[in-house]
Order: sequence, then structure tokens, then C-alpha cells
Amino acid sequence: MDTKDREILEILEKDAKIPLAKIALMIALDEEDVKSRVENLEKKEIILQYKTIIDWEKTDEEKVYAFIEVRVIPKKNTGFDAIAKRIYNFPEVHSMYLMAGDYDFAVVVEGKSMKELAYFVAEKLSPLPHIQSTGTHFLLKKYKLDGKIIEEETMDKRLAMTL
Amino acid sequence: MKDFISHKVNTIPPSGIRQFFDLIATMEGVVSLGVGEPDFVTPWHIREAAVYAIERGYTSYTSNAGSPQLREAISKRLYYDYNLTYSQEDEILVTVGVSEALDLILRAIINPGDEIIIPEPCYVSYKSCTILAGGVPVIIPTMDTGFKVTPDQIETAISPKTKALLISYPSNPTGTALNRDELIGISKVIKKHNLLVISDEIYGLLTYDQPFTSIASLPGMRDRTILLDGFSKAYAMTGWRVGYAAGHKDIISAMCKIHQYSMLCASIVSQMAAVEALKNGKAQMEKMRDEYNRRRRLIVNGFNRIGLDCFMPEGAFYAFPSITSTGLSSEDFAEKLLFEEKVAVVPGNVFGDCGSGYIRCSYATSLENIEEALVRIQRFVGRGN
Repeated sequence: MDTKDREILEILEKDAKIPLAKIALMIALDEEDVKSRVENLEKKEIILQYKTIIDWEKTDEEKVYAFIEVRVIPKKNTGFDAIAKRIYNFPEVHSMYLMAGDYDFAVVVEGKSMKELAYFVAEKLSPLPHIQSTGTHFLLKKYKLDGKIIEEETMDKRLAMTL
Repeated sequence: MKDFISHKVNTIPPSGIRQFFDLIATMEGVVSLGVGEPDFVTPWHIREAAVYAIERGYTSYTSNAGSPQLREAISKRLYYDYNLTYSQEDEILVTVGVSEALDLILRAIINPGDEIIIPEPCYVSYKSCTILAGGVPVIIPTMDTGFKVTPDQIETAISPKTKALLISYPSNPTGTALNRDELIGISKVIKKHNLLVISDEIYGLLTYDQPFTSIASLPGMRDRTILLDGFSKAYAMTGWRVGYAAGHKDIISAMCKIHQYSMLCASIVSQMAAVEALKNGKAQMEKMRDEYNRRRRLIVNGFNRIGLDCFMPEGAFYAFPSITSTGLSSEDFAEKLLFEEKVAVVPGNVFGDCGSGYIRCSYATSLENIEEALVRIQRFVGRGN
């Protein structure tokens, strides 16, 4: 990966819909070159997926998120990863991280109601083997998501013309 | 009341472009390529440092030359970036933007009738500030040399009254920069004729294709150069009004003499923000520069596609396309474009007569705005006004 690849990734991370021709112009490469670089980044799974950041709050959809601290006793030989797999395969799990510090996994779960999430924690997550304890925190408001400030003030405060 | 106004001020022509600006301010839906400042807001860590300074009660004057912390940070930056050594004690002066520093240096060196050589097109204040300081601007038009002043042109412009050459590369409005070899050529003429160089390097960090060379860093040029720089453009800090001058202590102390009786010092809050910018601002500054670079290629390609000849600017955030193919003057082009398509650009001749036939287009605006502006300009040019 060189600086041009890095630039492509930076541009795509901000706007996955941007036409390749435009990227080519912006970083002074041929469109064909950009195309093969992007394909290569996809093949190497550096680009994992093209996603959309959605403010579900503005829709009628009910969405509830909870942040769960999970403490586990790691398995011999397979360690944390095997336990993690048993957790992240649940579709309710939105994202999951291995942490250093007071607890082992940070698990973000998504559901339609608090009841649904409470059920998931009580019936699916906690009973798994090797799980020592869980602590569930419900998300009240999203301020910033994947580098994007949700209620960003975008007004241009500059004068329309300055020399 | 006009009788009260001094002759000197009366010799400064009124700014014709002001009316045009006022007009734009009243219109809605204008896409502006006319803004000479970053569209980024000052990075948060810098704003936060200023808020914290206020909270802790930093609300006083600083020493005239600027806070010791800021002068130290400036001294370090000039050393790291250009290998230039300036003592923070007496060779650096913190000013209220480069604008103040420019006024100070002109007033500090000009005796009545002294000549200052100014390549045009250039930033609008150079000529007027020279006149206000009692000097005579000697203009070098650079449209035939790719908007770069050459040693030969300078040689021709020099007279026994010449005191200094005033340059600013990367240039506002053209975006052209001078490389090391070109600067060496100029420095030879300067040394031969025992002159000074006032180098406004406010866009120095916004250089894209090759690293910026400060003329002060060339052999024998440190003491002949007054290096002016600030935080406005690279760190998106225009409103903070903080800049600096670095040079020989005799010249800095002369500038400080005027500064202490006029401005006293730059705002302490801005100075503390500037310290933060220099200490921790590099990564974000480079991110902004990368973004400008991408827009630069896009807008230049766009103009050429439309049929407005545009060279690739090496620095700053301006493109300077030629509009002669339309048969319109710069002013007519800008005015018609504003009325018919609501796109604001600055006529090139605002920056000197030799800017006629060009328009200055700032790409310190979002990609969406640039693309929308290009669509509108294409429609405008296509109609064949």
C-alpha cells in the first residue's frame, strides 16, 4: 500500500459513492489505475464493505442500542477469539471489541426495544459458557458515529467574498 | 468633511470591488469561489486551547514582541522546516496577522521616495501599504513569465532608490510558486544590488508539488530577508489575527518600535492558540492540505474541460483561469456570471492590471460547491456571452 492507496481509502471512507473517475482526477491517476487499486484493496479485504451512515432517529423505525461490558474466563488454547465468535455470530450484535482493562469484551447490540435487548442479554448472552458477568448500558443519544458528527453545525460563517 | 483627509490617503484609489462584494452579500443561492480564506473551521484542539486559556484567566497583554512561548515555538518551526535560526529573544516579532507585519516592515524601512519592487498580480494591500508608508511601488507585470517574477525583470526595475523587493509565493491570486533554483536567481540580484527582500510566506505550507523553499534559507539571504508568516491559511485561523516576522535583529527591533506604539501586542488568546497550532497542529494541517490538493486538481481539470485555459497552481488555494476565450473583460465576466448563474469569482485585475483576462477562483470550498460552480460556469460559457 502506497500513499495513493491511502488517499483512495481516505476519500472512500468519507464518500463510498464517489465515482472512480472523480477519485482519479483528485489524486492524479488514470481511472483504470484507480479501478484496479480499489479492486485490489477489496481483494485484500482492506476495504471490507461499503456502508451508509443512517440517522435512524429521523425515521419511524424503532431502534435501541445497548453497550455491554462482558467479562469472561478465557478458554485454554483458543483464548478469547473462540468465545468472541460465539457472541458476535448473534445478529443482534452490531459491533464487538476485545478490550484491555476492567472487562474483556465491549459488545454493542441493536434491537427494536429495550425488552428485546434485555431478553437477549438474559437468555442468549449471559448463559454462554465462560461468561463471568455482564453489565448493560443503554444508549440514549448518538453524537458522533464513525467520525461523522450527527447534528453538525454546517453554516458557513465566512463572508461571501474576501481578497 | 473630505478636506480633512490627508493627501496621502487621498492618493489611494477607492476599492471598486467593494460594491461588487456588497452586491453578492445581498443575493441568495450564490456559490462563491471568491473567498480568500479556508472553509475549514480552526481545528478543535486549537479552539479548545484558546477556551482553556480564557478559563485560566489569560486575558492580559503579552510583551510587545509576543509571548515567549510563541516566539520559541516559531523559532523551532523555522528551524525544523527551513533550517533557519532566529533567536526568539530579538529576531522574531509576533504581529496581528501578516497584514500588520507587512505594514510594519514597510514603515520601518521606507524613507520618502524609496522604491519597493512589487511583482503583480499580487495581494491587494502591497501597493497601498507602500504608498501609505511614503514609498513608491514599482510594479513588475508577470503575465508573460508564467506569473513568476524573473531576475531579469527585477534587474530592469532596480533604480538607485530601490530599497526592497516584496514577493509572495505561493501567490494570491495566481497560486504560482517559485522553486529553489528560481529563488536562487532572484537572490543573486538582491545581493548584487544590496537590497532587502520582504517575503510574505503565508501560503508557504500550502505547497503541493514540491517542498516550499523560503528565500531566507538561501546562502547569504537570511539577514536580507524579512520573513512574514502566520497561522491564517495553513491552520485555518484567519479570524484569530496572528502572524509574525522573522529577520535580522536591527530590522525586527525597528518594526517592534512601531508595533509597540500602534498595536502593542497581538491578542493573548490568539497567541496561545497559535502555540497549540505549532506544537500539535501538523497532522490536521496536512489533512487540510491534502484536501485542498484534491480540489485543486478537480477544479483545474474542470476549467480546462469547459474551455477556460487554466494552469496548475503549485500552492495556495486559488486557480487563475484565463477567460479571454469568452471575449469578455474580467469584470464583465464576473458580473454577468454572478447575475446569470449566481457564481461569485474575483476579476483578476483586482490584483493588478496584468491580471486582466483572468479570474481568481478559490477552491477553499467544498467539493460539492466546486462541482456546482463548474456546472454553472460551463452553462454560462456555453451560452457564448
